[in-house]
Amino acid sequence: MSQVLQRTSPTGTRTTKVIGALALLVMAWVVVSGLILTPQDVVQGESVRIMYVHVPSAWIAYLAFIFTAVASASWLISKKHSMGFDRFAGASAEVGVMFMAITLITGSLWGRLTWGEFWQWDPRLTTTAFLFVTYVGYLAVRRLEGSVEQRARRSAVVAMLAVLEIPLVHFSVVLWRSLHQGATVLNPNGDVKMDDLMLFTLFSGVVGFTLVFVWLVLHRQRTMLLVDIANRQGLDAAIAARQTESLVK
Amino acid sequence: MKDAGFIFGSYIVTLGAILMFTFATLRRAKDSSQSVTEKDKTWL
Amino acid sequence: MKSDSPTRVGKGKVVTAVFLKDIQIELRSRVVTNQVLPFAGLVMVMFAFALDNDDVLQRVAGGLVWLATLFSLFIIVQRSFAIDTADGALDSLRVAGIDLSAVFFGKAIALATKLIALEIVLICSAVLLYRVDVSATGLVLLVTCVLCATSGLAFVGTLYGGLTAGAKGRETLLPLLLLPVVAPVLIAATRATEAAFGSGGAQTSEGWAWIGLLAVFAAVFGVGGSLAFGSLIDE
Repeated sequence: MSQVLQRTSPTGTRTTKVIGALALLVMAWVVVSGLILTPQDVVQGESVRIMYVHVPSAWIAYLAFIFTAVASASWLISKKHSMGFDRFAGASAEVGVMFMAITLITGSLWGRLTWGEFWQWDPRLTTTAFLFVTYVGYLAVRRLEGSVEQRARRSAVVAMLAVLEIPLVHFSVVLWRSLHQGATVLNPNGDVKMDDLMLFTLFSGVVGFTLVFVWLVLHRQRTMLLVDIANRQGLDAAIAARQTESLVK
Repeated sequence: MKDAGFIFGSYIVTLGAILMFTFATLRRAKDSSQSVTEKDKTWL
Repeated sequence: MKSDSPTRVGKGKVVTAVFLKDIQIELRSRVVTNQVLPFAGLVMVMFAFALDNDDVLQRVAGGLVWLATLFSLFIIVQRSFAIDTADGALDSLRVAGIDLSAVFFGKAIALATKLIALEIVLICSAVLLYRVDVSATGLVLLVTCVLCATSGLAFVGTLYGGLTAGAKGRETLLPLLLLPVVAPVLIAATRATEAAFGSGGAQTSEGWAWIGLLAVFAAVFGVGGSLAFGSLIDE
């Protein structure tokens, strides 16, 4: 049984299978309930259905970046510089960037329906967009050539710098927008009156997306280890080949 | 349903992105796991 | 801060030496004066073509000055670190056991010097091409804004320049990393400059709040950069 599992998914274990199955189940419920079972909202109409995927994605995206920052700090602080921290930071950032993209796309679709515009220069939206771009840059730094240790050190420092950057960006955008009173648009976010089923669907969304996040990060960091080992083996093989070559000569 | 395109669109984007990420990860794991011994797979 | 490296060279001496080295390279090669300055001037002219309206240009002059500065920043930073990595200068400094935060400040001050020269030309060209007026009180604000914004830009520029130095594809990676970080500088410096220019009826006094943000930015990345720079180029 474990042999078969190994062939289909080398990074899977019993735990990930259980998490995966649960995630599938909850996500299926969110889709059915979000699209069909829940009523439309008094203020937002049908567009409230987008919230059942938008809010959980945003939650996961922020959570992922917090995990990346904490894991990077742990890597820097810990004496052993355990590569597990680095892989976790990288996996979490990758999944976070994906969920941030989902958040921005679904958010702008919702905004078009509710505000009539895809984008508002609201501090929260702007900071979110900057968070997205910053972590796209973080992932690019991870892909720079170099050893695994170099990758870990560079990316951990960049993640720490992002922690400095984001509050400054947020603060400057808040200050910037506060001078443009006319542009603020009624934000119906707070006026939503949700009934029990709507709240439960939103809550299930948060649970389902969290399960998806855990499953993805577990698999992604294990995959990263596999790729790192395979790369190292490739390098070792190349060195060995060169050595025998020079011995023959 | 009013605005069905926007609403279904956002669900498709969300689920599609998650599925694509999932399959990309699993495929990459499969590609690079051949040469890796069981001992190095610390999660087993 | 006391260095625990085994050298007898004082930190101040290292800062001065690195600063003088970078300035000397510029004086000999004249890349900033002969290439980056004309480029920045051209950008200012191109903005005028694109916007094609005297009133609009006068209104947005502050933002255009700082956008042109940012574009030039990428070029100057890349150039500065390309020279260092090509000759292995960074590696030899590292091997010499020198306090790398001193190297950071030396390079940052050199970069700031080049940027200030560039900004003076850009502001003058805004006055000439976009017909903005600067009052005496506005000038005080403008000088403070240039000093604060430039220190912030020099610190982050040096920091991320060091990170991408020697990496393949750094020409494209540097703007991607740097632009989001310098967004607060663009916002704050633009608003302060607009206040100094009186664009759109802005009062000079409105600009000083932004100077505070610029100063905080410079302080945060000055401290952060001096701590992080060593581990970024230390490989």
